[in-house]
Amino acid sequence: MAANPAKVFAVKAQPGFGFIALFCFFMLYLPIATLVFYAFNAGVSVAAWEGFSLRWFESAWANSAVQEAALRSFLVACFAALLATVAATMAAVATTRTEPYRGLTFKYAFINQPLMVPEIVTAVALLIVFSRIKVWTGYSGMGYILAAHTAFCIPFAYLPIRARLENMDLTLERAAADLYAPPWQAFRRVTLPLLWPGILAGFMLAFVISLDDVVITEFVKSGGQETLPTYMLGQLRRQVTPEINAISTVFLGISVLLVTVFFFLNRKKS
Amino acid sequence: MATAAEIAEHAKAQDIRSRWLLSAPALLIIFFAAIGPLFVMVVYSVMAKGEFGDVKFGQFSSDGWFNVLFERDIFDDTLSLADANLVVLWRSIQLSLITTVATLLLGFPTAYFISTRPEDKRELWLFLITIPFWTNILIRTFAMQEVIRNEGIINSVLMGLHLVDSPVQIMFTDWATLFGMIYVFFPLMVLPIYASMEKLDFRLVEAGYDLYATRFRVLWRVIIPLVKPGIVAGSILVFIPALGSYVVPNVLGGGKHMMLGNLIALQFSKGQNWPLGAALSITLMVFVTLALIVYVRNASKAGGGHGR
Repeated sequence: MAANPAKVFAVKAQPGFGFIALFCFFMLYLPIATLVFYAFNAGVSVAAWEGFSLRWFESAWANSAVQEAALRSFLVACFAALLATVAATMAAVATTRTEPYRGLTFKYAFINQPLMVPEIVTAVALLIVFSRIKVWTGYSGMGYILAAHTAFCIPFAYLPIRARLENMDLTLERAAADLYAPPWQAFRRVTLPLLWPGILAGFMLAFVISLDDVVITEFVKSGGQETLPTYMLGQLRRQVTPEINAISTVFLGISVLLVTVFFFLNRKKS
Repeated sequence: MATAAEIAEHAKAQDIRSRWLLSAPALLIIFFAAIGPLFVMVVYSVMAKGEFGDVKFGQFSSDGWFNVLFERDIFDDTLSLADANLVVLWRSIQLSLITTVATLLLGFPTAYFISTRPEDKRELWLFLITIPFWTNILIRTFAMQEVIRNEGIINSVLMGLHLVDSPVQIMFTDWATLFGMIYVFFPLMVLPIYASMEKLDFRLVEAGYDLYATRFRVLWRVIIPLVKPGIVAGSILVFIPALGSYVVPNVLGGGKHMMLGNLIALQFSKGQNWPLGAALSITLMVFVTLALIVYVRNASKAGGGHGR
């Protein structure tokens, strides 16, 4: 006699868990949905709906402060992610597929250090050092923000590249070496093409991390060096209009797009 | 003539040298723009404070550290405990602990829910957790503000149901900071717990039921011990950034409900007391390091306990 499927004991069930989980998913998206919703508000309020309009997207688009900050954010993220990815790739090659050597653990700890320190602490420490350098050299350009971003992006770029290297098959490289390929050629023609998805993932992670940074940039920036997040932080302290919602919505869209691409890149790998 | 052993030794030394050379750019950048400044900050914490921020270079003073706990009355020179600092310190620890417990209580069932979905659906649920995780913290904080402000959803619903007559003030209280932190750090709890849960062998759960254990007993005695590494990792991942929060209490808590991060920032802006700010930063680092030590100890214990 076949058991009634409804009466089969559900091994995986726990009372209330499904409810709590669905409640959490709902609460996770409710604030974001509200924020996006009011970006399309015709009125000046971020709380009272007055009809559909795209006026805030237009006004954000036309706002030169927003344009400048967005462009700066984008450029900083590009350069910081690029520098961090190159440095992280080199470091990943240097720290994988080797017998443990003196200083290897030290390198791991060193590279991952920015992840261990609260952002605000790094931020004020950089403020101290950079303001001293500013006094000594008189230079107050974008170099400081770029250096800070590159440093905290390195561990994020390093992780996926290292993971990819560790899971990679050694036989192809050995074959290249057996055929008398010099190490550099073997790396360029064999390792690098295989490593490419990891490098791309590392670059994207670093890019998103740099694009999102508020705290460190806020303390390191000189006058007139607002990035989009620090500009938004400044606006939030004042009276908010749906223009902030519109900027946030676009920002959110870009993040979602990047995460989706990253998601599929990673899925292909496995 | 060199023996084979000597040649091998030489090749190994050369390999290690080139490995140092390869990792040099990353190490140098991190040294210059992350680790080095921390040491400079330690030095700054023992210098005399400058008139308008900065320090008097070369003039040593213990005032920075002294001011973390005590304040000297400017009129009669009497000493008293620096209440304001202690209140902020206590609030930071308290709110971070509550945030950790709350995200655990909500995040554990969520991770369990995801890991018990059919295999092809799991990735989608996980993706739904990952999106807010990668969304700018400022945007998420602002989104939370939309919900809890006086004209926000919570108050609209409460007033719509006539439960309250006037809006409940949530913004600019500790509650606002707490809600914001739970919201912002929730994915950091779910992801590591899920990673442990994914490896959970449900045959063990079944064995528990076969031995007449109740659902709660199976949860408490089988599931939770098995996913403990994930729980510990999630708690640390939430607690550490919560303790160092700056953006959330800044936007939601307002000036009167600061956390340690805001107090530190204040010393470098309006307070203009850099040595005190540096000393407070180091204090925060000490707490974070303590939490990390607890984690490392627990992680190695949990790892050994299950024979992994």
